[in-house]
Amino acid sequence: MTPARSAVSGFAIAIAILIAGLLLSLTVGRYPVSLGDLISVLLAKAGGHRGDVSAVESVIFQVRGPRVMAAMLVGAALAVAGTAFQGLFRNPLVSPDILGASSGAALGAVLGIYLSLGVFAIQATAFIGGLIAVGIVYMIGASVRSRDPILVLVLTGVVVGSLFGAGVGLVKYLADPYNQLPAMTFWLLGSLSATGVHDLLPLVGPVAAGTVVLIALRWRMNVMSLPEEEARTLGVATGPLRIAIVAAATLVTSASVAAAGIIGWVGLVVPHLARSLVGPDFARLLPAAAILGGGYLLLIDTLARTLAQVEIPLGILTAVIGTPFFIWLLTSVQKTWS
Amino acid sequence: MILEGHQLTIGYPDRVVGTGLDVKLGKGEVLALLGPNGGGKTTLLKTLLGLLVPKAGEVRLDGSVLSARSIRERARLIAYVPQTHVATFAFTVEAVVLMGRTAHGDLFSRPTTKDRAIVAGMLDRLGIAPLAQRPYTMISGGERQLVLLARALAQEPQFVVLDEPTANLDFGNQGKVMREIRALAASGLGVLFTTHDPNHALRAADRAYLLRGGERLAEGPVREILTRERLESLYGAPVQMITDATGTAFIPG
Repeated sequence: MTPARSAVSGFAIAIAILIAGLLLSLTVGRYPVSLGDLISVLLAKAGGHRGDVSAVESVIFQVRGPRVMAAMLVGAALAVAGTAFQGLFRNPLVSPDILGASSGAALGAVLGIYLSLGVFAIQATAFIGGLIAVGIVYMIGASVRSRDPILVLVLTGVVVGSLFGAGVGLVKYLADPYNQLPAMTFWLLGSLSATGVHDLLPLVGPVAAGTVVLIALRWRMNVMSLPEEEARTLGVATGPLRIAIVAAATLVTSASVAAAGIIGWVGLVVPHLARSLVGPDFARLLPAAAILGGGYLLLIDTLARTLAQVEIPLGILTAVIGTPFFIWLLTSVQKTWS
Repeated sequence: MILEGHQLTIGYPDRVVGTGLDVKLGKGEVLALLGPNGGGKTTLLKTLLGLLVPKAGEVRLDGSVLSARSIRERARLIAYVPQTHVATFAFTVEAVVLMGRTAHGDLFSRPTTKDRAIVAGMLDRLGIAPLAQRPYTMISGGERQLVLLARALAQEPQFVVLDEPTANLDFGNQGKVMREIRALAASGLGVLFTTHDPNHALRAADRAYLLRGGERLAEGPVREILTRERLESLYGAPVQMITDATGTAFIPG
């Protein structure tokens, strides 16, 4: 089978997973909706039906709809950002928070909770925290003169990330243990349970903008994954392009973390899954990762709210599923990146 | 069209590697750069490619300063064949060669039918068309060198610069790469390559440039420049010369 033909079937699998995720997440739950009901409600809505709002309709559009949209967007965003960073840093073990976006957002969020801000303000502080952390990392990285700017950037990311992590620890230590600390812990573990229609707006804008930029640059990503000097002799101005990629990936990661808390592993595992489906060529990989990431997080989120009586935090599920999966990947399909 | 370095001082931000260097490469000719490790070969190569800014003097291409041209424009004039390396991602051979077309499109453009036709032509020309769909990580070192050469040719440049193109290759593949270098010059390209083997310079180059400690020791037609005495002084080691009816060869003594 040629790579082109196997990529077509790879895309088909990714789209099938997304559709399965959509159907499952809209129908399964405390209030089960049959497939027939789902289709008739969707058709009625598409036909401009304006009658009384049935229970099924309100479950689908008010309760599950926003959450499904958010899961799809966050999953796609983290997967695309992870794929772009793995290419940019020429390392398959890199995830979207390599430059400190998650720890920055975490500090922003716990500070927001500590200062008893509203939900929307906490999202804003988380978003700004992520941008500030990556901004600091990038400025330090750019001011260090080195022949390997990528390595400097990654090391700076690790150092600044752990500093912000210490900040999170300090705020948790100072927080009121009965009200604030549980809220912080819940937020740090990641969840989409509180997502309503009004939460979608601050998520859609940045995620759409960043994802569109990253996917539009997909042909150049191949060249960006080569050593710096080689990429430049092929005609790519690596400096400005690197800034654009880092900015776009940071935007989508910070917006996702602000909306859903910290959900690890998606940005690391999904790019590998997508690579095994459509191959390493970023022109196919980036769109495939977006589709697969959306489907993956939909399935995980459906599990999170149906597996037990209480909701399981997303971060815990992604880790429980992600870790063994990643070990399996390392031992069995190593050839996809080495 | 001529690629030339004029009174170059080369080096990195924190140190000078060589001074007062003049280099000239015309189209259709092959120049071999020889010298001991740490003598400045790679630094000079990178300066001529525009990857390093000269600390003094200037690199000119077709009479105008190289750094005045955009990075994309440069890539359409000078192609670089790095030493083979293990790639991070298992791109297909075709995808690797397709990257050579980058400078012919803009930031968001996808490869055109013409780009794909040029790539197919280059793979054919170097006899690696059957490898097109194989992962670049799963082919031999010699094949990888040919793939990187095909990628350079896909840039449709006027000059090709190769960094130790025969390093890590077996005996047969070394010969193949030397023949390809001659063929490039025959098709009108200017070729500059570095090598550790004076025999490769004798075999493939028109002129040799001897670089030691950042200074030019000698430069000129290979048969005049490459003598036992010069090589001994270049490498600071004894050299033997063997001559028979078919030609000359050097072996480290």
